[in-house]
Amino acid sequence: MNNILQIVWLIPFLPLVGFLINGLGRKSLSKSVSGIIGCATILGSFILSIWVFIQVKNGNTFVAHYYDFVNTAALKIGFDFQIDQLSSLFLLIITGVGFLIHLYSTSYMHEEDNKDFAKYFAFLNLFVFSMLLLVMGGNYIIMFIGWEGVGLCSYLLIGYWFKNNEYNDAAKKAFIMNRIGDLGFLLAVFWLMSKTGTADYHEVFANVSKLTLTDITGITLLMFVGATGKSAQIPLYTWLPDAMAGPTPVSALIHAATMVTAGIYMIARSNVLFTMAPLTQSVIAVIGLATAILAATIALKQNDIKKVLAYSTVSQLGYMFLGLGVGAYTGAVFHVMTHAFFKALLFLGAGSVIHAMGGEQDMRNMGGLKKYMSVTHITFLLGCLAIAGMPPFSGFFSKDEILAAAYANSPVLWGIGVLGALMTAFYMFRLYAMTFHGKFRGTHEQEHHLHESPVAITIPLIVLAILAVIGGFVGIPEIFMHGGHKLEVFLEPIFAPSNAIAAKHHLEHATEYILMGVSVGGALIALLYAFSKFSKYEKTTAEESGLGKIFANKWYIDELYNTIIVKPLQSFAGFLNSLVEKKGIDGFVNGVGKAINYGSRQIRFLQSGQVGNYVLLMVVGILIMFIIQFLSK
Amino acid sequence: MPINYYIFLSLALFCIGIIGVLTRRNAIIIFMCVELMLNAANLLLVAFSKMHHLALGVNFPTLASEAQVFVFFIMVVAAAEVSVGLAIIVMLYRNTHSVDVNFLNRLKN
Repeated sequence: MNNILQIVWLIPFLPLVGFLINGLGRKSLSKSVSGIIGCATILGSFILSIWVFIQVKNGNTFVAHYYDFVNTAALKIGFDFQIDQLSSLFLLIITGVGFLIHLYSTSYMHEEDNKDFAKYFAFLNLFVFSMLLLVMGGNYIIMFIGWEGVGLCSYLLIGYWFKNNEYNDAAKKAFIMNRIGDLGFLLAVFWLMSKTGTADYHEVFANVSKLTLTDITGITLLMFVGATGKSAQIPLYTWLPDAMAGPTPVSALIHAATMVTAGIYMIARSNVLFTMAPLTQSVIAVIGLATAILAATIALKQNDIKKVLAYSTVSQLGYMFLGLGVGAYTGAVFHVMTHAFFKALLFLGAGSVIHAMGGEQDMRNMGGLKKYMSVTHITFLLGCLAIAGMPPFSGFFSKDEILAAAYANSPVLWGIGVLGALMTAFYMFRLYAMTFHGKFRGTHEQEHHLHESPVAITIPLIVLAILAVIGGFVGIPEIFMHGGHKLEVFLEPIFAPSNAIAAKHHLEHATEYILMGVSVGGALIALLYAFSKFSKYEKTTAEESGLGKIFANKWYIDELYNTIIVKPLQSFAGFLNSLVEKKGIDGFVNGVGKAINYGSRQIRFLQSGQVGNYVLLMVVGILIMFIIQFLSK
Repeated sequence: MPINYYIFLSLALFCIGIIGVLTRRNAIIIFMCVELMLNAANLLLVAFSKMHHLALGVNFPTLASEAQVFVFFIMVVAAAEVSVGLAIIVMLYRNTHSVDVNFLNRLKN
């Protein structure tokens, strides 16, 4: 195949080059050089991605085969990149938002040491590289390489300030929880390969009829286990809120552009399999919804600005899974896109606030920041409106699409989903009001230090704010404008097989208007209530009580996991260490050494120096040899 | 003459040599016993060679006597050994005024 698009290998290659240069030369590169390398490589990838996107839009989808990754008689896995509607869209999100985050980081991380700065950009580039590999891979194996890569990079970046032990624990937590999910994904891929003999997307989806329902259900459930790890769903979600231990732009990168969208991408990519497994779909919808609600309730009571955002990410991811579960694949991908815009915006905005506050993250010590930081304030407000689902901001369109699909599936799902959406509006405006309105509650010194952030921080905010506002217009629902849902048309080839299998529900226009009205109206009330309540927030020392206490303590899920999993595991490990390792294995090894030592000391007496003894021993030895010779005949 | 006689004779010589080496402490006598063992082996080689020659000599006249050459090798080795060994004994005598091998354990340490 001699296609000019073969050159797509450059897209992941550029960040890899950036990683190598920054990683190897971190001791000699100056901050500006490593920042430029970090940003320029991603910018290059972004420009290429735009070009690829235009090609794909013109109908030029293809699979680029570079070499045989595994080549045996029974199994052939190529190092392939698949460029189609879905992957090109993800490429744009990853490189576009990724670039803005890189740009932002050049300013945000400027107080770091030279070599830490370069290390940071090296990891960031590696992160983007892994994620690009994940979405571009033409089969599950290449996807898995990227899948593991983002897991590793999240560990490296969350534990970036590795001198702080709590941060290290958070990094380990993220890594281990991801590993649990990865196991599920790996098993799913093995199962798939054993039944179909290939891991290639095209061939798997073409041979899907060979699989029995049990196979498909098992495979998809295992894949979903993988997705719960990577995309932070119940029961493996607790790592994501802790992941904010890393620098704020890293949180933005993990939460918006990369990593957590991997699970959504994987399910959207395998949509044919999932559509054929109704049981799995129900499981996904229920888990997604449960996560959305659980995380939203926790977010209501958090006081750390990044924690609120982290739980809101978990909650929004729950919505995406709800969308996947009810068969609204386009809606889920749409929400990934809009969420990437507004969540990156919110995190970067929060980073800007934290920067101005000199590292303070507790909202109780903020307040009234709008007069100091006008750009951050306005962009943050736009982001809050978008995530709260206010029309015509982007979040409204994508969330509405998912909720409408949920209603078509079951009104109960919709009802709970709307409840979550109201909570979203509430906690986001609680956050907004506590941060930007009212009086300043921090120390005098902090107040003196307040300032708007530099340009490298505000430009990404402005760009992301524009995207968060207009990003929804690619998916205007049918009832407003015929043919307005450009994204659905664009992604149609990907989801066509699923749409052919599953009957599409169509709602009455009146119903759809009512649904929209209820969710928007409800969210508006929640938003105004939160704003009026928290814009005059005063610091209190009163303890939370009742349900609020449970929310503030995150439903005690972390404590629960600690008690039933971590503690027993640790005591088991302690037992293995003290008894099996120290006494058993060490005892055996040291025993061998001691025995040889003792034996040699005894044998040493044979060397007496008496020539007669030597000769006698020699003769006896020869005699024994003779006797053996005779007996063996 | 049957080969048995030669075998018994050389076995006897060899055993005398071994017992001498094991029981005597005088270095010279041990040395002589070693020579005795070597010559027991020589005797056996010559005897076997002769017997071999009788069996095969008609068809392979050159091949059959080649084994006797080994006797010369052994003699050469024995001569070399004697020269080194006697030198050691002389040195031993000079140092200890005795040729008792049990004094040799002083080499230890």
